[in-house]
Amino acid sequence: MAESLLSLDGLAVHFKVGNALAGGIKTLKAVDGVTLDVKPGECLGLVGESGCGKSTLALAIMGLLPPTRGTIGIDGHQISGSTPPDRMKMARTVQMVFQDPYASLNPRQTVRRTLADPLRLHGITDKAEVETRVIDMMAKVGLRPEQADRYPHEFSGGQRQRIGIARALILKPKLVLCDEPVSALDVSIRAQIINLLLELKDDMGLAYIMISHDLGVVEHVSDRVAVMYLGRIVEQGGWQEIFENPRHPYTRALIAAIPDPFHRAAISADAKARGEIASALNPPPGCHFNPRCPLRADICTAEYPAFGEVSPGHRAACHFRDRVS
Amino acid sequence: MTTPLLKVENLRIALAGDGVTYDAVENVSFEIGRGEAFGLVGESGCGKSITALSVMGLLRRPLSLAGGRVILDGKEIQNVSAAEMRRLRGKRIAMIFQEPMTALNPLSPVGRQIAEMFVLHQGANWNEAMDRAEDALRQVRVPSPERRIKDYPHQLSGGMRQRVMIAIALACGPDLLVADEPTTALDVTVQAEIIDLMAELCAAKGTAVLMISHDLGLVANMCQRVAVMYAGRIVESQVADAIFAAPTHPYTQGLIDSLPRLGERARRGRQKLREISGVVPSIANYPAGCRFNPRCPAVTEVCRSVVPEATPLPAEGVVRCHHHG
Repeated sequence: MAESLLSLDGLAVHFKVGNALAGGIKTLKAVDGVTLDVKPGECLGLVGESGCGKSTLALAIMGLLPPTRGTIGIDGHQISGSTPPDRMKMARTVQMVFQDPYASLNPRQTVRRTLADPLRLHGITDKAEVETRVIDMMAKVGLRPEQADRYPHEFSGGQRQRIGIARALILKPKLVLCDEPVSALDVSIRAQIINLLLELKDDMGLAYIMISHDLGVVEHVSDRVAVMYLGRIVEQGGWQEIFENPRHPYTRALIAAIPDPFHRAAISADAKARGEIASALNPPPGCHFNPRCPLRADICTAEYPAFGEVSPGHRAACHFRDRVS
Repeated sequence: MTTPLLKVENLRIALAGDGVTYDAVENVSFEIGRGEAFGLVGESGCGKSITALSVMGLLRRPLSLAGGRVILDGKEIQNVSAAEMRRLRGKRIAMIFQEPMTALNPLSPVGRQIAEMFVLHQGANWNEAMDRAEDALRQVRVPSPERRIKDYPHQLSGGMRQRVMIAIALACGPDLLVADEPTTALDVTVQAEIIDLMAELCAAKGTAVLMISHDLGLVANMCQRVAVMYAGRIVESQVADAIFAAPTHPYTQGLIDSLPRLGERARRGRQKLREISGVVPSIANYPAGCRFNPRCPAVTEVCRSVVPEATPLPAEGVVRCHHHG
């Protein structure tokens, strides 16, 4: 079995929110005990609704938020609450592609500068080498060399996302966190960017964490999938297992909620979730999903279910994971 | 043949720019029958939202109605006085917006905002109106409506706010509900619930729906007929099921083929997504002839110079493409 590139062990990121004088300080458990690993060259799809903690998880892996508990191991480095990350070293291993290509590029920097700065910061100062690597990278993401001196506003959304991808890959990282990389783009442009990300993955041997709420995209690109709900992973497994044999009612609700006319009625309407995601400040007792769950029983309000194995590599945190759909 | 509830005929919307006027919407025609759900689909900038606004009489500078007719129940409404339009809005036609937080009044309790409808349009007194507001909240399945009517919008979740919007829109039993991306700001599982709720209430009250969305799947599930817009024109309109089974316009075909479809990878393995090349043109640079021609795989000389006419399809609907048939 291949060595993990990324391994999270019981990772928790908590925030103190509120005011000691008005209402008191509460703990928001944005990420609460996440254990998972990513192998080199693998794509892990991370799925969940807003507020489930997936972006906090990404920021912690980037070294931008200190863990409250647990550890993050990346390519031999260990990060925990007491050992802060060496961001410079990590930048060569982990990079990120952001959702909004309008907000994530510096409007006052040309493409060349956006791509060359990381190289120079990391000690590649030979002008000819910098130039070659910038132009090579631009070609890889489908930009022409003469576009190097243009500014972000001169590009369309899809091209800007290509620049964002080039910036993430210029240091040849091993792991790229893609946070909703296509959801801000026009529908007719998305396929271009998804195809590009998959090509580059094979080409450069990258591992991805693909954060998305679009299950169609996740199924298309992922090798394995993790589903998050209120700060915890509730189901994890190979992509085919998750989509064809989902065992957590939340995963089933997500799949049932997709308005796909080709897939209509594949999962019955009673798989749908009721109500809305609870506040992470005040999660319900027992299984966090119980107020919305069609399978709820007494045990669900009493204890949080174990993250038990369904089949090798496929786990689900549900008391009824063995009840076949 | 009975008269349609809403008939939009050769609608033309002008956008005034720096000394030039652009056609933001051109020759848009469609009909919605009583109780029918009709979907208008397209990417950002295609003119679908301003088409909806023109039906509501809500176009404001720099946009203006430059031609065409909007006929509600046999009566032209595109030129009625502001006062008369105000009487129609809310009573005969109502609208739901994408972002309920900005559409609701933040300084007024939600019960009051619903009750206002009964006071303004039906001459009810405030006490009676507040009782009916509570019933309206119950109908859109807001839990404990007797307490919720006193809440301000910021105290409600996104899904609950959109339920309040629906309650306001349907309060006076309008003939037509215009819904502009009603679930785009919501999580997927909540989206499914809101769509079900809208469909159910409108069916029960016999309300027709004009649904605006970028999500072809969502629209096809909810609506009986769908029109696809591209760069200010309707390129194809069809019965919802038919548009997936047999899309006729290359743009519609491209959109359907370019999105990763749930279950597809399990059936056929991972195929490269079919891309639509190029980008959506900006309004200042709409190409001559068919506006999709620079991106179209089937383009020929005639496409670059002649605007395609609307050609009737064998079953029902029209397509605007030189190469159809």
